[in-house]
Amino acid sequence: MLAMNYRGPYRVRVDEKPMPALLHPEDAIVRVTRSCICGSDLHLYHGMVPDTRVGTTFGHEFCGIVEQVGPEVRNLKPGDHVLVPFNIACGKCEFCQQGLFGNCHESNAQATAVGGIFGYSHTAGGYDGGQAQYVRVPYADVGPMVIPDWMDPDDAVLLTDVVPTGYQAAEMGGIRPGDTVVVFGAGPVGLMAARSAWLFGAGRVIVIDHIEYRLDFARTYCPAEVYNFREIDDMVVFLKKQTDSLGADVCIDAVGGDAAGNALQTLVGTKLKLEAGNAIALHWAINSVKKGGVVSIVGVYGPTGNIIPIGNVVNKGITLRANQASVKRLLPRLVEHIREGRIDPKAMITHRVPLADIADAYHLFSAKLDGCIKPVLLPNGA
Amino acid sequence: MNKNLVDTSTIRGWGADANADNDPTFPIRHREARETDGLTWTRPTQQDVDIEILQSIEHNRRPAVIGTSTPPSGLSGMIRRYAFRRSESDWLHWLLLMGADRLNVVEGVIEDLGKGHVPNIPAEMGARAEWKHNKRGLVTKAAVLAGLTTATILVLSARRSKDEAKPGDADMLALSAPEE
Repeated sequence: MLAMNYRGPYRVRVDEKPMPALLHPEDAIVRVTRSCICGSDLHLYHGMVPDTRVGTTFGHEFCGIVEQVGPEVRNLKPGDHVLVPFNIACGKCEFCQQGLFGNCHESNAQATAVGGIFGYSHTAGGYDGGQAQYVRVPYADVGPMVIPDWMDPDDAVLLTDVVPTGYQAAEMGGIRPGDTVVVFGAGPVGLMAARSAWLFGAGRVIVIDHIEYRLDFARTYCPAEVYNFREIDDMVVFLKKQTDSLGADVCIDAVGGDAAGNALQTLVGTKLKLEAGNAIALHWAINSVKKGGVVSIVGVYGPTGNIIPIGNVVNKGITLRANQASVKRLLPRLVEHIREGRIDPKAMITHRVPLADIADAYHLFSAKLDGCIKPVLLPNGA
Repeated sequence: MNKNLVDTSTIRGWGADANADNDPTFPIRHREARETDGLTWTRPTQQDVDIEILQSIEHNRRPAVIGTSTPPSGLSGMIRRYAFRRSESDWLHWLLLMGADRLNVVEGVIEDLGKGHVPNIPAEMGARAEWKHNKRGLVTKAAVLAGLTTATILVLSARRSKDEAKPGDADMLALSAPEE
């Protein structure tokens, strides 16, 4: 089969790889119909996540047709068209039992701090991902959901990560009706976080980025007030002025370690890799949230450490909330929102690319060329 | 910069999920239902594995399912094995893994060449997309690269010429000549 093959930072290609096999009684093999490149794949692509081995296949946002199932799989059968959450979750451990499907304790040998994730380095379990024609799906009875007949597969594939991650960012904000919510990052997750903030009753939603075409999209899609931080002298002072000097009720970091906007953080975190990425978005979030407010973090950082103003977290009495999205927990509500027309995930898709052109798709997305917001790969044709 | 204050009455679904009881500690809300602490759940079947798996020393047992992509190999694999002697809390654990990742890139190129495959690095880096959508950027990068390469070659050649013309060397030659 054809599969994406990581060759090093900023280098990927498509190669012939062996077909995946059933390795566990709860496994399924899925023929991939759609697979996205996620903003967090760019952290891998940029060489920021430790233990990203050459030869790995990325891809944690995908849907496809079940081809084979293991003997302990009860809920799926060959031929089912399923969306597969990015979390690999057993459904039985202490964490899965609490709905923390992103923190499963039975899916990642290499680290305890994060559960298994498809195609997201050995730090997240060493699983090959869905940017391939076929993929092995462990715990097939737990995560995957049969796509309803009425649902567009383009919406379905975005339910595997982007939509629940953005929605959970807003949920973790504990938004009260009328709250002012600031979202840092106008990538797909930030857009969905901003859109979801309205669902929780926000009174005002502000999106910050420096890519103009994304801000233009956010202005109408979310819809939100948008600001380009490149045009603002001091982000925190600006946001204080926008909020009667008190700060926002909720700030959401939907950027993570690949941020721009501070030369020192870029040098230390992104170039020299002495930090787990550039944490300027989180820095701004902490300093521009109201005293007693909530900072919700869904942007991905590496496992080491970052320079952030932790003293201000204490002094301002800020609640920090963060997690990998618990996709399975959120799916029923999000499916309902799509059916009711409250969210329109597929509108974020800007590029549809054959698997063979994956190197160009990664570069396009990484370099923000051609108005790229969300690229979708078609590993087995349209 | 546009300021666009949004009328919430125009937003479909506004407040649909507003919930005054949204527990800020969610999803740790079922803790009270736990009967016992520790690794006590009914475990899934353990996956049999016939490749080398590096395991965090913070685990006291192997998780039930295992990713089998790209087992450790070569010099980078040796570094990874050493890194996994240290906990996830140890900075060196991660720095060693990052170092192994960089070395692994070189191993990947050697592996390609060993299979008779010369990697097309510009294509792997998406040069086609850059050419299509950012010609000026590509030309600028190519010009900078060419300039740096030329400058490096010139500096190295100048240094070599200087070394060859060192008086000490000439004296040595001159001194050795009469003896012949």
